[in-house]
Amino acid sequence: MTTHHITFTINGAQEEALVTSHITLLAFLRERLGLTGTKNGCATGECGACTVLLDGEPVNACLVLAAEIDGADVITIEGLAHDGELEPLQQAFIDHTGTQCGFCTPGILISARALLNRNPDPTEDDIKDALRGNLCRCTGYQRIINAVQDAAKAGG
Amino acid sequence: MPAPTDVNIPAPSTLAMPSPGLPPFDYLCPDDPDEVVALLLQHGRSARLLMGGTDLFVQMRDGALAPRVVIDVKRLPGMRELSFDPADGLHVGAAVNMNALAAAPAVQQFYPLLAQAVASVASYQLRTRATMGGNLCNGSPAADTAPAALVLDAQCVVWGPDGERTIPANNFFLGVRKTALQPGEFLTRMEFPVPPTGYAGRYIKLGRNAGGDLAIVGVAVLGYPETSAASGYRFRFALASVAPTPIRVPEAEALLAEQPITSGLLSQAALAAEDAATPINDLRGSARYRKAMVRNLTRRALDDVWNQLQAEG
Ligand SMILES: Cc1cc2nc3c(=O)[nH]c(=O)nc-3n(C[C@H](O)[C@H](O)[C@H](O)COP(=O)(O)OP(=O)(O)OC[C@H]3O[C@@H](n4cnc5c(N)ncnc54)[C@H](O)[C@@H]3O)c2cc1C
Ligand code: FES
Ligand code: FES
Repeated sequence: MTTHHITFTINGAQEEALVTSHITLLAFLRERLGLTGTKNGCATGECGACTVLLDGEPVNACLVLAAEIDGADVITIEGLAHDGELEPLQQAFIDHTGTQCGFCTPGILISARALLNRNPDPTEDDIKDALRGNLCRCTGYQRIINAVQDAAKAGG
Repeated sequence: MPAPTDVNIPAPSTLAMPSPGLPPFDYLCPDDPDEVVALLLQHGRSARLLMGGTDLFVQMRDGALAPRVVIDVKRLPGMRELSFDPADGLHVGAAVNMNALAAAPAVQQFYPLLAQAVASVASYQLRTRATMGGNLCNGSPAADTAPAALVLDAQCVVWGPDGERTIPANNFFLGVRKTALQPGEFLTRMEFPVPPTGYAGRYIKLGRNAGGDLAIVGVAVLGYPETSAASGYRFRFALASVAPTPIRVPEAEALLAEQPITSGLLSQAALAAEDAATPINDLRGSARYRKAMVRNLTRRALDDVWNQLQAEG
């Protein structure tokens, strides 16, 4: 089985690793790097629980190979807070109870982060559209939308 | 820099929550198109090409496919390039991702129909990886970008054992999961001619929800003023998810070219689209429902295009 030597940055730190061809980015993050904030929900691109930023854009890590991240920059939920301080978007989810069981939350925060990066002033429809690929079975979504709107207003 | 960590992934049984993996294969990332051709000819059906992987990996996870070799073609020269020339039209590398395609200023300005079709696919994060090339090559009757490719008269440019050749999108789809690609060939780009002057277009997708489900029915309509047509206009129709391949509807197109356009004629064209549809029953909808929806949605798309044409004319 082929192995690949990959060099990448993960949450700002430069790393390298040897990976076999068929290991997904999701499995690599969770099982090799111990970054279990990224969740495995469906493993088929439907639920968004595995969403991470790859070169600044959100992707479903269950449908990316670890071998494909050679030279890339990866940000997971573990990379949002800095120096022990939650970023404003995360704080807004707490303030609005935008999270209940929490399983969907890492993926939603990454999708929302990506949205605010490309559009700092989104409409409600923009937010719904950006989160279309993230399923939540608990909150009913409205609190999530409120949290993202609030974070956007606060410049987050 | 730390030394590369060990190669071995812990056996799934030792993990609390192992991620269901893909079956083993060799991942290859050649940088020369002829090497891809050689690999395809060497490995035949046990090789699969990879762009975004949003079809391929799902099919592999489902057990429908178990290739020994996965050949990543998205890093080949030109595969992720997009260019527009007012005389020559739009060239889209097969591996341009859907978000990049929909956001390209030339697409927004001159091919909004394409942007509409792309935006109807799945979710933003899936479209970061999913490509229009992959959507066409996957050969699904439900491919959302196929109707737009058909009515925009796209050309599929492929590289193979004999170099480059061009296949009109209208001849590209041969059956469910079957395209006109020959052994050793792969798609390198789509070329969209300059659209007709004054044209209007619309793609309507009916899914089970607004959250990126595959189409139950997809309808693309394009219309433009044309003095040589008896009606003064020409229209093009294409349907997804209602036949073994995405299809054009020449009967409806002829109808609207031959006589002055009235509301009754628009209804007849929608009926012709319904007649052309040969859908199946599946979990997304019955054949009867699909046929009725083809008529309704064709009429709706047609009304919209007709109103746009009137407003401009
Ligand atoms: C959750 C989910 C939702 C989806 N929703 C939609 C939807 O709403 N509408 C829709 O149309 N589709 C949908 N899809 C299907 C899929 O995302 C699209 O078809 C996508 O465009 C495929 O592109 P890709 O780059 O990921 O293709 P890949 O998976 O990389 O490739 C697709 C197929 O083409 C072959 N191939 C790849 N590159 C080439 C090449 N250069 N030449 C020849 N063959 C090649 C591959 O071997 C494979 O068989 C969905 C998929 C998922 C997982
Ligand atoms: S685990 Fe990747 S989308 Fe559900
Ligand atoms: S908080 Fe439980 S799934 Fe979203």
